[in-house]
Amino acid sequence: MSENDGNRFDRLPATPEDREVEGRASRREIVDWWDERFGVPPETFADHTFWEKGAGKVWIFAGDVDSPVEVEGLGMTFMRTRQEHWKPTTEAVQRFGERAERNVIRLSREEATRFVAGEDQELDWDGDWGYLIAAHELAGGDAPLGVGLYVHGELRSRVPKGRRREF
Amino acid sequence: MDPLDRYRPLVDDFEAFLDACRRPLPSAVRVNTIKASVERATAALDAEGVGWEQAAWNDRVMTVDTDRPGNTWPYYHGWLHGQEEVSALPATALSPEPGERVWDACAAPGSKTTHLAALMDDRGLLVANDSNLGRLSALRSNAERLGVTNVAVTNQDARNFSLKPFGGREFDRALVDAPCSCEGTIRKNPDALDGWTMDHVRGVAGVQKGILRRAVQATRAGGTVVYSTCTFAPEENEGVLDHVLREEDCRLVDHGLDVDCIPGVTEWDGETYDDSVRKAARIYPHFQDTGGFFVAKLEVGA
Repeated sequence: MSENDGNRFDRLPATPEDREVEGRASRREIVDWWDERFGVPPETFADHTFWEKGAGKVWIFAGDVDSPVEVEGLGMTFMRTRQEHWKPTTEAVQRFGERAERNVIRLSREEATRFVAGEDQELDWDGDWGYLIAAHELAGGDAPLGVGLYVHGELRSRVPKGRRREF
Repeated sequence: MDPLDRYRPLVDDFEAFLDACRRPLPSAVRVNTIKASVERATAALDAEGVGWEQAAWNDRVMTVDTDRPGNTWPYYHGWLHGQEEVSALPATALSPEPGERVWDACAAPGSKTTHLAALMDDRGLLVANDSNLGRLSALRSNAERLGVTNVAVTNQDARNFSLKPFGGREFDRALVDAPCSCEGTIRKNPDALDGWTMDHVRGVAGVQKGILRRAVQATRAGGTVVYSTCTFAPEENEGVLDHVLREEDCRLVDHGLDVDCIPGVTEWDGETYDDSVRKAARIYPHFQDTGGFFVAKLEVGA
């Protein structure tokens, strides 16, 4: 097994059996994780490829280029692997989270306002602990806001500083 | 002397032109159709009591009656991008199709890149390049907020851009929204003309010629290149087109934009330009209450 090279983008292997780089997630594991955790159907990602640049940082790309490729960015940052609990990015959840069927915590407008300001808040939640998709209703449907970490009766906002807003 | 005085011979109602240049620009946004339909984005503005008015030439572009569109829910969700009206012209003129290979040569901070991605339905390959690494981080964060997944970001000098990371294959279309003297942004940046010199105009025109030539070379025969600037200076507009028409295998075609504009100029300051530069569009601020802009469409190898 070789090691991850943080200076370039490498396409993820199709399955764990195809893995050539130590600790690298495979495409199948990524797609299965979104299905199991959020109920996002695997076909959602049929036309996308997944790449790693920087240890554990997985990117999603709609185009087609040869691997490896040395560029500054490839698609958008999608999730963080190589840690005990995999974590989707705010942008991935905003883009693909509308298809989620579970582990979506629906917030009132007031709760949503606190969430996007980066505040933690005590909330009741009957489902799994861990990373949830926080959403609110906007213009006729669920609109995913970002990722929250739910533990001990508290929803911790994981909206990155640069994306926070004070409404 | 006001640098704008030199354009008196080019502008019919010069006082109206100057008046418009002195007024602040209306606040405008573009709906990001990668994340929301025009109907949903406008419904979200309605729900917040923010008034909006669609541009006559494009239903995705609208002026809004707030100075801070960034502080609205649809903006937070990446359904809207703050972008002045004329800034949406180059991608509209290039009109890329989903699945194509497209190059944005001077892409940061990404307003046009993300517009191209939306027109491509976020499919195909969109290569966004900029020579300035610092400005690329602004491009990256705009592209991410707007949910773009078909963009590859590069940091090269566009004048000798290498296709190597992309298998050496040419592009179907290219956009050169060139660095320029920015005279047309005076309504947005009142100090835009503070450092204006004729030397800078001549210098930046040399860079523009190099980038546009490379864009023509990097585009397949029959492909399309759009050249745009936010300046009135013919040296940076028709003069650049005239040079590239002589040096590369390409020709001007109709821009196809349904906006109030006048044709490119063929004579300026003792120079005569190729007659076909008349197919380019000059957009003055008093025409549609916008910034100033120049846009031209070229076909390669025809």
